[in-house]
Amino acid sequence: MSLSTIMTNYFLRHVQVMLFSLGQLWRQPVASLMTVTVIGIALALPAGLFVLQQNMTTVSEQWDDSNQITLFLKTTISQVEGKQLSLDLKKWPNIAQVQFQSAAQSLSEFRQLSGLGDLLDSLPNNPLPAVIIIYPAEDIVSPDAIGSLLARLEAMPQVEQAQLDMEWLQRLRSINETIHRGISILAILLSLSVLLIIGNTIRLAILSRQSEIKVMKLVGATDRFVRRPFLYTGFWYGLVGGIVAWITLMLTLSVISSPIDELIGHYGSNFDLQWFSLTMLTTLPSIGVVLGAAGAWLAVSRHIHMIEPN
Amino acid sequence: MIQFTDVYKRYPNRYEALSGLSFHLNKGEMAFLTGHSGAGKSTLLKLIALIERCSHGQVLVNKQNLTHLPKRKIPYYRRQIGLVFQDHNLLHDRTVFDNVALPLVIAGENHREIGRRVRASLDKVGLLGKERNLPIALSGGEQQRVGIARAVVNRPAILLADEPTGNLDPDLSRDIMQLFEQFNQVGTTVFIATHDHDLIHTLPYRQIQLHQGRLAKREVE
Ligand SMILES: Nc1ncnc2c1ncn2[C@@H]1O[C@H](COP(=O)(O)OP(=O)(O)OP(=O)(O)O)[C@@H](O)[C@H]1O
Ligand SMILES: [Mg+2]
Repeated sequence: MSLSTIMTNYFLRHVQVMLFSLGQLWRQPVASLMTVTVIGIALALPAGLFVLQQNMTTVSEQWDDSNQITLFLKTTISQVEGKQLSLDLKKWPNIAQVQFQSAAQSLSEFRQLSGLGDLLDSLPNNPLPAVIIIYPAEDIVSPDAIGSLLARLEAMPQVEQAQLDMEWLQRLRSINETIHRGISILAILLSLSVLLIIGNTIRLAILSRQSEIKVMKLVGATDRFVRRPFLYTGFWYGLVGGIVAWITLMLTLSVISSPIDELIGHYGSNFDLQWFSLTMLTTLPSIGVVLGAAGAWLAVSRHIHMIEPN
Repeated sequence: MIQFTDVYKRYPNRYEALSGLSFHLNKGEMAFLTGHSGAGKSTLLKLIALIERCSHGQVLVNKQNLTHLPKRKIPYYRRQIGLVFQDHNLLHDRTVFDNVALPLVIAGENHREIGRRVRASLDKVGLLGKERNLPIALSGGEQQRVGIARAVVNRPAILLADEPTGNLDPDLSRDIMQLFEQFNQVGTTVFIATHDHDLIHTLPYRQIQLHQGRLAKREVE
């Protein structure tokens, strides 16, 4: 026999066993469907959460650009001194842009916004300070860098108070990071449970076919031969489970996509649904197949060699 | 072909099923293994098929010393032996054809060869028309013949049978025995454990009789 014939035979045998395993799942549609659905949900859940979290990241990154610091100057600082200060600050390498607003401008802005003009007129002098709004340089984005810039500004003698307008943004970012880690852990746990679900399903399949396995071993089957269909069963569970996960994910996204669009549309989202669904269509079944084969391997390596004819 | 030398078999519960057993079966011979219930007949056949290992002594089969055969080689060793059981041991969710084909599929035969040999084997046991049936759709005698077809499909050098006629009426039993004789006539070594004294007394083959795990007597025709 030539090598290519041997290879062809080997390949054909594998295809046969693959189809045989698929046929066996097909013959128990309800049980198989339930297993596959559980696997699908377990895989879809972390994937879906990652989508949401990804969008949240997009939003918070957009807001990052609008980091700005407001300096409230002491009331003893004159308008000329204030203007000079803002020109000095503009020369700092970590400051991109400054905007000076005199006490009078502050007052008129407040008058406009509040509508309390009469009340303000009755005051003997302007209670509002002059303000310098500072836009940090583009590379100053980390909380540390912004924090140290803020501290330096606050320490200047002319400054009453320096205030980071978007302190809550940092909080959002750390919440985002917490969620990201939470989802990662959840993904690991759910993957582990997919592994165990498939392992346990295969274990039950092995036990229910004990007498068949004994007969096969009596007529000369190696452990490897007995193992093969069970490994393929795990493969099918993982593959179909992954596809179910993808369908679940796509259905869910189609339901929540319009509010998401609305949310991230404001912030120029770069989330590409089409690209995402294609990636997931390859990723989810691949993960499923790996978990399915691994789970099946766990089960067969523990049980097949123990079943011996008696 | 099969040689036992001072063989002991003690089960884990310390029960000694075989004690100091020695005998020899020639290549191409056909013999019966007899003895009361519990005498150790099944145990003896299990030692030959390596379903059990002996506790002491030496078993030689087809020039292989079974004491030293590693576990991973057992499947390949078993492919030289055809086994027939009283309760058939068929796979009930596969057709007659698939059951008989099993040893060939396991050995990795190609498709065409499998079809040819399975049909030849079913032809020999007279079941060629039933290859698409499931085993439950067959009578007890027919199921036993499927078991025999499976045992001989890869032309083993040795055919072992443990009470192959145990559940069958005398006519069917005689048919089955004739089948074994046919395989013996083409050179297969045949060794049959049985209770069926009425049947084997009419046949001209050696009897190896066990009594409480020992050789009782030898009758050579
Ligand atoms: N797996 C086992 N564990 C413990 N004892 C066993 C085992 N198998 C058989 N025995 C004991 O070994 C003795 C011989 O059993 P064996 O099955 O070889 O007898 P047998 O001659 O085939 O009997 P029968 O004609 O009833 O089939 C019996 O007493 C039985 O109880
Ligand atoms: Mg017995």
